[in-house]
Amino acid sequence: MLGRDFLRNLVNRLFITACLLATVAAITALVFILWSLVVQGIGGIDLDVFTKDTPPPGSEGGLLNAMVGSLMMCAMAMAIAIIVGILAGTWLAEYGGHTRYGAVVRFLNDVLLSAPSILVGLFVYELLVRPFEGFSGYAGAVALAFLATPIVTRTTEDILNLQSHALREAGIALGTPKWLVTRKIIWRAAGAGLLTGGLLGFARISGETAPLLFTALNNQFFSADMTKPMASLPAVIFQFALSAYDDWRRLAWAGALIIAVVVLSINIIVRFIAREKKHA
Amino acid sequence: MIDLADTATPAAAIMNEPPYDELVLEARNVDFFYGKNQALFGVDLPVRRNAITALIGPSGCGKSTLLRVLNRIYALYPGQRAVGRVVLDGEDVLHEQRRLPWLRKRVSMVMETQTGADPIEEEQVLRVGTDLARLRARVGMVFQKPTPFPMSIYDNIAFGVRIYHRKSKAEMDEIVETALRRAALWDEVKDKLHSPGLGLSGGQQQRLCVARGIAVEPEVLLLDEPASALDPISTAKLEETLVELKKDFTVVIVTHNLQQAARIADYTGFMFLGRMIEFGPTNDLFLQPKSDKTRDYVTGRFG
Ligand SMILES: Nc1ncnc2c1ncn2[C@@H]1O[C@H](COP(=O)(O)OP(=O)(O)OP(=O)(O)O)[C@@H](O)[C@H]1O
Ligand SMILES: [Mg+2]
Repeated sequence: MLGRDFLRNLVNRLFITACLLATVAAITALVFILWSLVVQGIGGIDLDVFTKDTPPPGSEGGLLNAMVGSLMMCAMAMAIAIIVGILAGTWLAEYGGHTRYGAVVRFLNDVLLSAPSILVGLFVYELLVRPFEGFSGYAGAVALAFLATPIVTRTTEDILNLQSHALREAGIALGTPKWLVTRKIIWRAAGAGLLTGGLLGFARISGETAPLLFTALNNQFFSADMTKPMASLPAVIFQFALSAYDDWRRLAWAGALIIAVVVLSINIIVRFIAREKKHA
Repeated sequence: MIDLADTATPAAAIMNEPPYDELVLEARNVDFFYGKNQALFGVDLPVRRNAITALIGPSGCGKSTLLRVLNRIYALYPGQRAVGRVVLDGEDVLHEQRRLPWLRKRVSMVMETQTGADPIEEEQVLRVGTDLARLRARVGMVFQKPTPFPMSIYDNIAFGVRIYHRKSKAEMDEIVETALRRAALWDEVKDKLHSPGLGLSGGQQQRLCVARGIAVEPEVLLLDEPASALDPISTAKLEETLVELKKDFTVVIVTHNLQQAARIADYTGFMFLGRMIEFGPTNDLFLQPKSDKTRDYVTGRFG
């Protein structure tokens, strides 16, 4: 009797210890990453980073062209992703989700959701870069849109499914056509959730490198022309971090820190929105 | 005592002097199915204009289902199906396809005459196009749990009106005020019309839903246990509101509160296991029930 209790206790403790160790390992890794990011990156952050373009090795410079490029491509990608994703997610939740075609669409979306981003880059390369004989900001934006759209679609469907039947029925019971109920009542009720989906999509693409290398490539100079190759933070970090020049590597760390801060802030904002929603 | 639920062919409901004059809405021999499950068996319900009709009966007997047939909200869900007739002002509304020619005629008439038709009708037919939505605008519904829309108090009421009518700001202000007054909510909210409807108390939200429902001037207002989440004071206010509304509208209310039915209803139907057991003037049903089942229920012996 005593033996069995003892064994059970032992297993219990071993299990708890294992869980604890795993948690500690994960947190340690995260803290270490953030810590080295801050330590290595903070030194490189000054006004020049935000006001000057990427320099040739050995001279003064910043990340302005990369940040502008990233912003432009991400903004365009999100515009596409939000329009397509919200419409597709709405269709899945409100209209065709229960049909066979709906199931196929949902499955394909899930596949896209977990597709390796380098594949998306290659696909857009074949789609937009080769035929037009040139890397371009547009191609970069489209590649990023391919990554963000499934996230927006998925969160939209999930959030709309959370809205109560009673609210839909109340709208319908007033004689409102269904599309108006969706647009004016359900979308509004789900507003915070839809915003969350958009932010998560943005956080996902803001650090993507692989798809941009095949599409927007990079640009050493400032360019706001989306038909031309375009610089982006991740691509510049990739190039500079692997270089042999100290000043380039310093800029790479600074860029990495900027992306990390942006992504972290977005995640905190999302948390905040979710909390607000629960309290309301 | 006969057990109606077990007989293969249902006995007809006992209809005590049904108000066959002045019917605005009538369910005739309605069967209802949730997929394969039958929830209503040959139900009749006459609804008299400018009266309050109450539906009572134990939980699960099909009261909500019957209401959901009357404005066809069930049609939102594939697999739910009703058989029988629901007559609104002489038209069978359960089978919309029969009404399509009527609608087409109406549209072409409006197009031809331009000015000949009432402009509101023209808008209704042209803007909405489906007679299912039109039916629902004529038969409003208020649910058990308050369901304010995520917008201001003012917009909650204006929302339904805007769908069918184009109104000036002044006209809309007046419609909103009238609806809120009728729902006995005006005094409590007149200073915060533009704050969110979700910020009101449960009882106020429910009266907001009533106001929203009557702002579109339906012929019949269906209420499914509207007071079950309300405190006694809010309930009393809501009851007052309903009695007041009777002058202009027709009310059908589902309630578990027998006193409530006795207090406000002109006619009452008692349902049991998907059947209408007895229907008649409220006093007769409560004081001289013809069916043993009804007597047991209204005297609190079961249910
Ligand atoms: N969505 C549904 N799917 C399948 N069966 C249902 C559904 N809704 C109701 N039912 C069944 O239909 C029958 C009637 O239900 P209904 O909700 O109309 O009862 P009710 O009289 O309103 O009860 P309550 O007083 O509890 O609200 C019940 O047996 C119930 O189980
Ligand atoms: Mg019910």
